[in-house]
Amino acid sequence: MALLEVQDLRVSFDTPDGTVRAVRGLSFSVDRGQTLAVVGESGSGKSVATQTITGLTRGAQISGTAYFEGTDLISADAATLRRLRGAEIGMIFQDPLSSLHPHYRIGWQIVEMIQAHDHEISKRAARRRAADLLTLVGIPRAAERIDDYPHQFSGGMRQRVMIAMAMALDPALLIADEPTTALDVTVQAQVLNVMRRLQEEFGTAIILITHDLGVVAEMSDEVIVMYAGAMMERAPRRDIFYRNHHPYTQGLLASLPAQSGKRLTPIAGSPPSLINLPKGCPFAARCPHVFDRCRVETPPATDVQGDPRHQSACWLDHNVTEAVAS
Amino acid sequence: MTEALTQPVTQPVTQPLLRVRDVRKEFPTHGREVVRAVDGVSLEVRKGETLGLVGETGCGKSTLARCIAHLYDVTSGSVEFDGTELTGLSRRAMRPLRREIQMIFQDPYGSLNPRRRVGSIIGDPFAIHGISAGAERKRKVQDLMEVVGLNPEHYNRFPAEFSGGQRQRIGVARALALRPKLVICDEPVSALDVSIQAQIINLLADLQKEFDLTYVFISHDLSVVRHVSDRIAVMYLGKLVEVAPTEELFQQTRHPYTRALLSALPVADPDTADSREQIILAGDIPSATNPPQGCRFHTRCPKARATCAAAEPGLDPVLDDGPAHRTACFFPLTIGEDLSTAVPDLKAS
Repeated sequence: MALLEVQDLRVSFDTPDGTVRAVRGLSFSVDRGQTLAVVGESGSGKSVATQTITGLTRGAQISGTAYFEGTDLISADAATLRRLRGAEIGMIFQDPLSSLHPHYRIGWQIVEMIQAHDHEISKRAARRRAADLLTLVGIPRAAERIDDYPHQFSGGMRQRVMIAMAMALDPALLIADEPTTALDVTVQAQVLNVMRRLQEEFGTAIILITHDLGVVAEMSDEVIVMYAGAMMERAPRRDIFYRNHHPYTQGLLASLPAQSGKRLTPIAGSPPSLINLPKGCPFAARCPHVFDRCRVETPPATDVQGDPRHQSACWLDHNVTEAVAS
Repeated sequence: MTEALTQPVTQPVTQPLLRVRDVRKEFPTHGREVVRAVDGVSLEVRKGETLGLVGETGCGKSTLARCIAHLYDVTSGSVEFDGTELTGLSRRAMRPLRREIQMIFQDPYGSLNPRRRVGSIIGDPFAIHGISAGAERKRKVQDLMEVVGLNPEHYNRFPAEFSGGQRQRIGVARALALRPKLVICDEPVSALDVSIQAQIINLLADLQKEFDLTYVFISHDLSVVRHVSDRIAVMYLGKLVEVAPTEELFQQTRHPYTRALLSALPVADPDTADSREQIILAGDIPSATNPPQGCRFHTRCPKARATCAAAEPGLDPVLDDGPAHRTACFFPLTIGEDLSTAVPDLKAS
């Protein structure tokens, strides 16, 4: 059984301009020890989906289910969610500075977090554990630095502190929302390396939300490509890059800078408004393969070449992938 | 673009458009210390080429750009543009030259005044330089909007009514209004989604051809820089560590920092991602108030030796490189050298 099983998740927000349908019928699952990458551009709903699962979208209208080890996170009460968050589901966000309290020492924040979930543990033991965690994520002289404040750490070091906190209670699932987007590439390489190492050691499942297809290629086992609140394609890593089916996936990959000075192939236009979504496929207006049906009926996600692990929400022939077509 | 690559670089066909010599820019801090953001940089940019400037946060690339655009006064050194020395020029003397050097900024949200209409934002350069007014200015602005791919009918809209990519087009239109010779693009696509990023990169390439522009293109994203640049200069802690024609920099990487930077770049290709050498640098970039002695990279360099801590390497051709490829390193990499297994030894010479 999958560690997390999300079925038909829908999230909308009421705004003065109308109802924003941020996530529209998303289903996916994550297995233990696996990394699921969720890619998509701004406004694709990738962050809202995972925030909803962890109960962090207040004031939204939510439907669907998200079973995590037998508990439905969507219908769970606040106390259950609070117990699961941190202990069973760790989270890291893009900006470590706004996730750490500037007024408290790093060690204090980790100890508080450990003690909030483990009422038995002594302060001294929790502190020792905090120091061990900081060492584990590669912070030099962890025993001394545990008494430093967040501002005394660099961006990369702060993100390591966040990872240490997220991993403090050995969660089964780690949700990392653009964890390295604010970091320089050499620091990003360090942080991704730490995540990989911890996953190997503890068998943590990771949901990695990113806009960076390079990071996807490096880190993921499975990939979901999102657009306008819905899943366009999902497949094992190599299939997304080498045997993709959905024109949006193909458009994203073609947009990437090539090696030489050749002209890039952008996707024309821009994403639709989530308030007034057009009928049919949300990508239809920008799709080079669009035909009449796309503008009328929304395509469901169905198997590509008979492989249930590879699904595409597109009306084009599911027996032809890019590699086969070209 | 390829033309510049094939030209014999030993003999510049024309006078360089921009010549930067030993430029330093220091900023005072609260104490007695100074931040040496740019610390002795020399480079040339030829007419019509794109020079990519890469490096990580705090390496001084944006400060250097602002020194070139005369937005900062340099602490010392010389910036020569089209035969005119810019340092020490009075505001008045600088004014006509400002038209020739323009900047495009990273943040399409922060660099446009939200309360002003797009037409008047793009028309500002005309107003400031007293070039045209009234209906003629409006016509010029609408022409520009058309050139950068905006709908001229949106003249009276506010920035908030445009998407991120369209806003960056507004920034491009404003920069091009006065037909500059040199455009400094400071992370122009970093805030954009990839599909939109590609639109802007193509637009910049088209405009370069159409208006014979010279670009200094700053980015932390090496794949973008590789795509747009004829030559690339790599900065680390206020200094250039390597300058080379683009493909040569990638194929014959000499400086260990350049190699580490290239190896850290995630590639959107699973096969390459699984098989390539990855060099994980230790630690963070040191502070620019108190940079390491000797080679500034020696504290993190896998190949560092005693020499590296004692003396500072000059930026010169190394091994059998031609004059267009310069590297500041005592122990440059040979082709195929494995850096991932190298171990620093600061006692050995």
